[in-house]
Amino acid sequence: MEILELAFMQRALLAALLVGITAPAIGIYLVQRRQALMGDGIGHVALTGVGLGFLLNASPIWVATVVCVLGAVVMELIRSYGRTRGDIALALLFYGGMAGGVMLTSLSDRGSSASLSTYLFGSITTVSREDILAICVLAAFVIVTTVGLRRQLFAICQDEEFARVTGLPVRLLNLLIAVTAAVTVTVAMRVVGLLLVSALMVIPVAASQQITRSFATTFAASVGIGVLVTVSGTTASYYVDVPSGATIVLMAIGLFVVLTALATPLARRRAGRAAAQEQCTLDGKGRSTATDDVRV
Amino acid sequence: MEQPVIAVRGATASLGSRPVLRGIDLTVGRGEVVALLGANGSGKSTAVRAIVGQVPLTGGELELFGTPRRRFRDWKRVGYVPQRTTAAGGVPATVREVVLSGRLARTKLGPARRADREAVVRALELVGMADRAGDPVAALSGGQHQRVLIARALAGEPELLIMDEPMAGVDLASQEVLAEALRDQVERGASVLLVLHELGPLEPLIDRAVVLRDGCVVHDGAPPRAVGQHALPGHDHVHPHADPAAEPIRTGLLS
Repeated sequence: MEILELAFMQRALLAALLVGITAPAIGIYLVQRRQALMGDGIGHVALTGVGLGFLLNASPIWVATVVCVLGAVVMELIRSYGRTRGDIALALLFYGGMAGGVMLTSLSDRGSSASLSTYLFGSITTVSREDILAICVLAAFVIVTTVGLRRQLFAICQDEEFARVTGLPVRLLNLLIAVTAAVTVTVAMRVVGLLLVSALMVIPVAASQQITRSFATTFAASVGIGVLVTVSGTTASYYVDVPSGATIVLMAIGLFVVLTALATPLARRRAGRAAAQEQCTLDGKGRSTATDDVRV
Repeated sequence: MEQPVIAVRGATASLGSRPVLRGIDLTVGRGEVVALLGANGSGKSTAVRAIVGQVPLTGGELELFGTPRRRFRDWKRVGYVPQRTTAAGGVPATVREVVLSGRLARTKLGPARRADREAVVRALELVGMADRAGDPVAALSGGQHQRVLIARALAGEPELLIMDEPMAGVDLASQEVLAEALRDQVERGASVLLVLHELGPLEPLIDRAVVLRDGCVVHDGAPPRAVGQHALPGHDHVHPHADPAAEPIRTGLLS
């Protein structure tokens, strides 16, 4: 396979693999607590980091990481404290981040709208050696957090109030979720782009839960789907000259549609079987006995 | 006198600018089963949420196992059953996975061990849900879901159970299973504080009832008898007291 002999494609495939693992791994917790679009917000904020990186002549990926983490922490604080007008505060943060990125990029000598668009939509084949090193380090952090603390993060996203009463450091763990999501955004931005990052956090999870019944299998299946679409999307974009980010996201949506179509008759059959079990049965005295008693 | 497991003195709390608790006193002794009754908006949910630290007190004192709430860290002694949330998580989860969360007070950030899994099985057996361990919680009825939340609290093997409306929306069959599970806990020496709308099948278990109205305690003593439409079959139908002082009790039960 000549594709594996090219250094830039090796880097691209490694980056794709890591994004395929990390984005659904943190995304599942965001979906669980119904914050599916948080990744999108962080992606907007990341743009300021990229612009700042251009302006300071520093590595955009590291500067974006710092800015994303700060933005995600602010978002988490708004979520946990500011109940009223929280959506307005978030809107200010998102669009401020986007506008700031465009402004800072135009002020720098290095940046141009062309280089900005490689971050907006991803440009996996231009991933450099330094980028791949950063992606590996950041991805390792995301995997250790999302797998190592899965029971704790699951409990917090399932029922935050209960989790607090177990004495878990919930505030700290919530910040950790936000920081991990921010780090994932910077891991994924070179592969699928900041505007499509959130898709990889959400769609593999949405697709896999069409056929799964437990959190553990949803987690495994989401990561499996994530890896499948990122690696095959990247490969496809090598052979057919199409942008990697868009290919990956469209493949993920395609899988979602296929799995939903497959799962619908399955769910219907399962529901039918359950209904058959719960039907009223007449006992000898002609009285009906139902499993659920009726209040009088 | 032995130290109470819950001691609340003159507690006040507000939600927004509205005072919800206006100086309540409440104690639960070791091994005691106390029901907190009252109409909607009387402050009973806020009271239990304040006890578990989810609502800040604006005044008064609150102690758990003799330790001021702010310094209390021994959460594995407390099993909490929050009011059942209508919305489940956005991702499927099995009964077993949800109940395992109840062990977090013991495992903290560490891994789940064999003892934790065994405690989950025991807790599910107590509420009669062992055969549903692998089922997704989204497929359960309201009563079954409530049993799972109680199993989650029992999985931590707590000394004190705090339950917010454990019987709300629960079918009679499940109510009886829950009453049985609770009786078992009480026999083992657990203390219980529970918010109830009506005494129902739990009545024989309850040692004392505290009735709230408008954020104040209006009755603290023997459980009021069930009246009117809330009296279940098999219960004695008694007329409400003619004594006007008993009026708040009836209001509470008919809410």
